[in-house]
Amino acid sequence: MTDLSGGYEGEYPIVVEGLRNAFGEHVIHEDLSLRVRKGEVIGVVGGSGTGKSVLMRSIIGLQHPTAGRVEVLGHDMLQPHEEAGIDIRSRWGVLFQGGALFSTLTVGENVEVPLKQFYPEIAPDLRSEIARFKVRLSGLPEEAAYKYPSELSGGMKKRAGLARALALDPELLFLDEPTAGLDPIGAAAFDSLTRELKETLGLTVFLITHDLDTLYAICDRVAVIADRQVIAVGTIPELLALDHPWIQEYFNGPRGRAALAAKGDPEVESAMDSTGKTGA
Amino acid sequence: MTNGDTVHRSRGTTCRSTLFPSIRAGMRDYAEFTLSESDDGSVRTLALKGHLRVFSLGDLDARLRPLDGQFQRIDLSEVTDIDTTGAWLVSSYARDRGIETTGASEQARRLFAALGNMQENEAEPQPRPSLLMRTLGDVGNVMIGWGNGFLQSIAFLGELVAALFTTLRHPSRLRGTALVHHMQYVGINSLWIIGLMSFLIGIVIAQQGAVQLEQFGAEIYTINLTGRLSMRELGILMTSIMVAGRSGSAFAAQIGTMKLTEEVDAMRTIGVSPMEALVVPRVLASMIMMPLLGFYSAVLSIIGGAFISNFALDIPFWTFLQRTQEVVPITDVWIGLIKAPVFALIVALLGCYQGMQVSGNAEEVGTRTTQAVVTAIFTVIVLDAFFAIFFTEIGWK
Repeated sequence: MTDLSGGYEGEYPIVVEGLRNAFGEHVIHEDLSLRVRKGEVIGVVGGSGTGKSVLMRSIIGLQHPTAGRVEVLGHDMLQPHEEAGIDIRSRWGVLFQGGALFSTLTVGENVEVPLKQFYPEIAPDLRSEIARFKVRLSGLPEEAAYKYPSELSGGMKKRAGLARALALDPELLFLDEPTAGLDPIGAAAFDSLTRELKETLGLTVFLITHDLDTLYAICDRVAVIADRQVIAVGTIPELLALDHPWIQEYFNGPRGRAALAAKGDPEVESAMDSTGKTGA
Repeated sequence: MTNGDTVHRSRGTTCRSTLFPSIRAGMRDYAEFTLSESDDGSVRTLALKGHLRVFSLGDLDARLRPLDGQFQRIDLSEVTDIDTTGAWLVSSYARDRGIETTGASEQARRLFAALGNMQENEAEPQPRPSLLMRTLGDVGNVMIGWGNGFLQSIAFLGELVAALFTTLRHPSRLRGTALVHHMQYVGINSLWIIGLMSFLIGIVIAQQGAVQLEQFGAEIYTINLTGRLSMRELGILMTSIMVAGRSGSAFAAQIGTMKLTEEVDAMRTIGVSPMEALVVPRVLASMIMMPLLGFYSAVLSIIGGAFISNFALDIPFWTFLQRTQEVVPITDVWIGLIKAPVFALIVALLGCYQGMQVSGNAEEVGTRTTQAVVTAIFTVIVLDAFFAIFFTEIGWK
């Protein structure tokens, strides 16, 4: 891993070292390392099939890697430890790509599941009120709390999934393509909500995305996965300074430029111009 | 521009769990509060203390309720940390009762501001009707559901017949591979279990029948009993029940899952008729295999009877089989073979129909699969009773 922005002395809520994931003969990750800093929004990018979701699943313990070390909030995720496992699960929130809502429960009941699991002492009335509040917080109308997932659109399911991920006000938030399938207004609202939560609660966010607008808007650093490894981690200007063809194409492609123009960051623009000249 | 000076490997540092103290160890102190007079004695203040977070709320809400109206101010200066749930609880409590809050930290003020921007469109939960009304409503809904289900399954049968005619007119549109695959699944793969079941049932009929017939010295009629019952009724009936449990349920679950994942919708948009692609091969495969399975089952049941007679009744095995040929009329075989495709149609049709009715969630797949099996077995038994009377009336006794 090439960490471009050095000089950080703080804590790492997520540490991945020497990770190897393989499905039969097919190797997804080989000696992959990544450190996520406390209180940052880290964006994970990479082409389709480079194993972004597999990396997330390895970190949250759904995929058992063939080799390597994964630490979340100081706990070794590959050594099963019941108490630590429960503790960690009460301190993270995960939003899956499709929302992964429990289809036989209403949206409100979905949000109540983690509350009930970890804090059964909260009275049922208050619990359902908290759930409705979380539903509103995620940008859904409150009526949605009484609906079943099958009655919601794709974007609404995502917001409901976010409400469930935020149910316990976690320290760590894992988001797998949160803005894919959202309308631009909804995506922008999602970005500002993530930003706001990060700033007020000191949330650490692990964000898989293809949405360049989201990358520019909320990510402190971006990790690029290619060739079975995290080839670089850094701010967007730092990444642009690298001479890697995939990174250049990703950020300098028509969509990358459009997203930048919308954002209008002079630092990034100057970095982009200089690499454009040297690259040509 | 390589930016070489900022490139460095960060390896070797470890993070100990002391950096991230567990919530359960130590931090789990419930939020507390005290009620006091202000300095001039005019404003009563509720001072909240400690963590105001989802894990420390406990029954704070319930403990505050009896104090309603006893204070006019909430003091947050002793709150060590707060999250969205805590902020929401305080701000909505204060807003609903027109109480002011003081001493909010920077973090708390930001959270209040963020929550303030949120639109307050609290929907009233729908009122719950009384038990009587709910019971009556449920009964009504179930009756309507039965009526609609009956009509819809007739309509489904009609669609199937239309699709079968289309297949007859254009035989090239019949999915041969799917047909053979389902024939194997319905027929070949169930040979072992149906064979074993029939053999055992043959043993039971012969043995129990012999005990009763022995009382008036008519053990020899055990052969008639076993042979005719197996060929006429039990072979095909037991096979239908087994196929309903094995294949009818599988049809419902397969098609139901495809409905959930929108595969069936995708087929329609591509111009593939789900009726032709999914239902016709399954129904045809069942109708082809069921007569064979029914006959096979009857034969094994007779062998089971012969096997037990050999030991319990002193009728030798081969004599039992020879005598069976003499006492079982050919019409009994026909009755079994005529009923088989009809039962197969019912089992496969109801399986596919229930699968197609799945919508919404995973639980529905389970419910529909159960319904497919239960309705199929029930319908088969009802029809079998009609067949029994019908064949007796036309003189096939």
